[in-house]
Amino acid sequence: MDTKNRVYFDYAASTPVDERVLAAMLPFFSETYGNPSSLHYFGQQAEAALEGARESVARALHCRSEEIIFTACGTESDNLALRGMAFLQKKLKSANRLVISPVEHHAVSSTARQLADEFGFEVDFLPVDDYGMVNPDEIEGCLKPDTAVVSVVYANNEIGTINPINEIGAICRRRGIPLHTDAVQAAAHLPMDVQRDQVDLLAIGAHKFYGPKGIGALFTRRGTSLLPIVTGGQQESGLRAGTQNIPYIVGLAEALRLAQEERQARVERLIPLRDALIAGVLERVDKARLTGHPSQRLPNHASFVFKGVDANTMLMLLDMAGFACSSGSACKAGIPQPSDILTAIGLSPNWALGSLRVTLGKDSTHEQVEAFLKILPGIVEKSRKNA
Amino acid sequence: MNELPLVAVAMSGGVDSSVAAALLAEQGYPVVGMMLRLWSEPGMEEENRCCTPDAVSDARRISARLGIPFYALDVRDLFRQHVVQSFLDGYLSGKTPNPCMVCNLQVKWGFLLEKARSLGAEYLATGHYARLAKGEDGKVILMKGLDRYKDQSYFLSLLDQQQLSHTLFPLGDLQKSEVREIARRFSLEVASKSDSQDLCFLGNQDYRQFLSRHAPGVNRSGPIVNSNGEVLGSHRGLAFYTIGQRKGLEIASLEPIYVLSKDYLSNRLVVGGEAELGQCELYAENMNWIAGNPPEGTLHLQAKIRYRAKYAPVTVTPLEDRRAHAVFEDSQRDITPGQYVVFYNNDIVLGGGMISG
Repeated sequence: MDTKNRVYFDYAASTPVDERVLAAMLPFFSETYGNPSSLHYFGQQAEAALEGARESVARALHCRSEEIIFTACGTESDNLALRGMAFLQKKLKSANRLVISPVEHHAVSSTARQLADEFGFEVDFLPVDDYGMVNPDEIEGCLKPDTAVVSVVYANNEIGTINPINEIGAICRRRGIPLHTDAVQAAAHLPMDVQRDQVDLLAIGAHKFYGPKGIGALFTRRGTSLLPIVTGGQQESGLRAGTQNIPYIVGLAEALRLAQEERQARVERLIPLRDALIAGVLERVDKARLTGHPSQRLPNHASFVFKGVDANTMLMLLDMAGFACSSGSACKAGIPQPSDILTAIGLSPNWALGSLRVTLGKDSTHEQVEAFLKILPGIVEKSRKNA
Repeated sequence: MNELPLVAVAMSGGVDSSVAAALLAEQGYPVVGMMLRLWSEPGMEEENRCCTPDAVSDARRISARLGIPFYALDVRDLFRQHVVQSFLDGYLSGKTPNPCMVCNLQVKWGFLLEKARSLGAEYLATGHYARLAKGEDGKVILMKGLDRYKDQSYFLSLLDQQQLSHTLFPLGDLQKSEVREIARRFSLEVASKSDSQDLCFLGNQDYRQFLSRHAPGVNRSGPIVNSNGEVLGSHRGLAFYTIGQRKGLEIASLEPIYVLSKDYLSNRLVVGGEAELGQCELYAENMNWIAGNPPEGTLHLQAKIRYRAKYAPVTVTPLEDRRAHAVFEDSQRDITPGQYVVFYNNDIVLGGGMISG
């Protein structure tokens, strides 16, 4: 029985389901339970809910309803976007290349790696600066005649940096090369508009914006074809087979709607908290650096590296003290590795192994940040490895 | 608000440490489970007898069942540098090492105890079958576990007062069969796992293969001689033989021939007949006396020269420089340099040290 007062500072990992979202989902378990593909009344009811949810998501992303398909998670959306595009472009145009940034989430980088190792694709990496940001001017040079797709993360989960997706989108559009973006972190905090950004594929996952785990969506621009990877029936315009998870789809749509509607107010509240946290840490902790861009970063996201610190120890001490945070390099199984992302932005292992990510959310308060700043310096010092 | 102090339990996913954690939690201690990821040869992580990724999942699940927090710690480098290296160095210098003693001292009651204390734990608890008591002088006394067969006090003989005063052994008064019963009572799914005896980091392989791979210097052949210095054959490397060994010498002889000793400096294996086998005395170095200081004078105790040896009556005289001299009532056939001798006064462990000769 947990009697500790705990502070959750790991919203980038997952978020609590908003009670309004849960309420919206409940009727679709035992009251409206038909298969939306069925002809009868029950199917029609389910289909109505499904299409209503689809329309709602399309509205939030500024696209057409038919351009939204539902998947089991943000990771599956990324998989479908990359694989689906790569295989089809190879078939149609002998396009054999993927261009990705070196700071992508594993859902993108591992998929790209498998496509290279097992399916003969080439992967080219875009250069990034010390903040992990892609410079649009450097993209042009990386695009080749056989490039199948470009993938650049919208906002980085580990270091918070927001990429200039709309500029990148403009370049890819001009060159006629499809652009995919993993917007799993971004959708919770930034205004999404696939027209403004000129992206062709955009992936989101509900559990990052106060929706349930196990449901995601993929925007696929009309005219952009994909080879489906989950095959079977013709659900989701033939792009993703399987009876749709209606209650969770309804949950995702409601969560996204609320997140986008309440975004402004929440962001305005969180940015000062985030900045106070960042300033406090850099001021009070020795040998500490902020990772990611200082201003072009997610409104709720603070990430640091501390020199010579063992992140596992630091997280354990924080957990024992009641603060739930995460790290790019910690590992539950007890084998820490410096993360690819921190290595890609040029950090040595001595720094990278001491990374800390603190992400705020709707229940975060000023008092919690203050309490955190009080105990963090001592914990960081206790976690420094002996030279 | 809990009155009892925080206890960190060293977990392995196995039945002993799981029951230790369950009992402490039941007694009302705030408990936190901690597990060490030890070193295994790359590619052989699942073969490790202890602390495989599966074992970590087991320990994690058991902790969740018991409602206690759980943390896994990476000590691969430390384990490799201290425990595995001492194993290799021992063989390379003609000794037969016991890395478990080093692991307990440096890894479990070194690194892990320190980590546990830094998390605010007052005690480190393990599933060892051993008992602790407080003497009249306030010193901690280490004793054998009640289960005579499972007793593991031998392996704890290098620990000092500071370490033992922050240690708990919840299983010390229990028999193994009772522990398995308790595991069933708590519905811990480990109840049916069998105990294993071999060195954890060897996995399923023979120690000789491991040595050849990691300390190829052990493959130094040399002469096999008798006590008169006459050459009878050749050996593959001193590391591959143990004192008292009879088989595998490949020497033609009318009577059985045994390994008597290893002459490291000249790389000779000394063998002889049964009559020559056995020693009545030994010297131990780096003695650890549990009470802190060596006892005065000469004592009549029982000694074990390895974990599974019988208790042998012995007269012990502590010497300067943390050494000791032990004279056995009966000749011992396999006094092996590099192994540890542990001295007992009936149930009480007085101390242990490395056999030098």
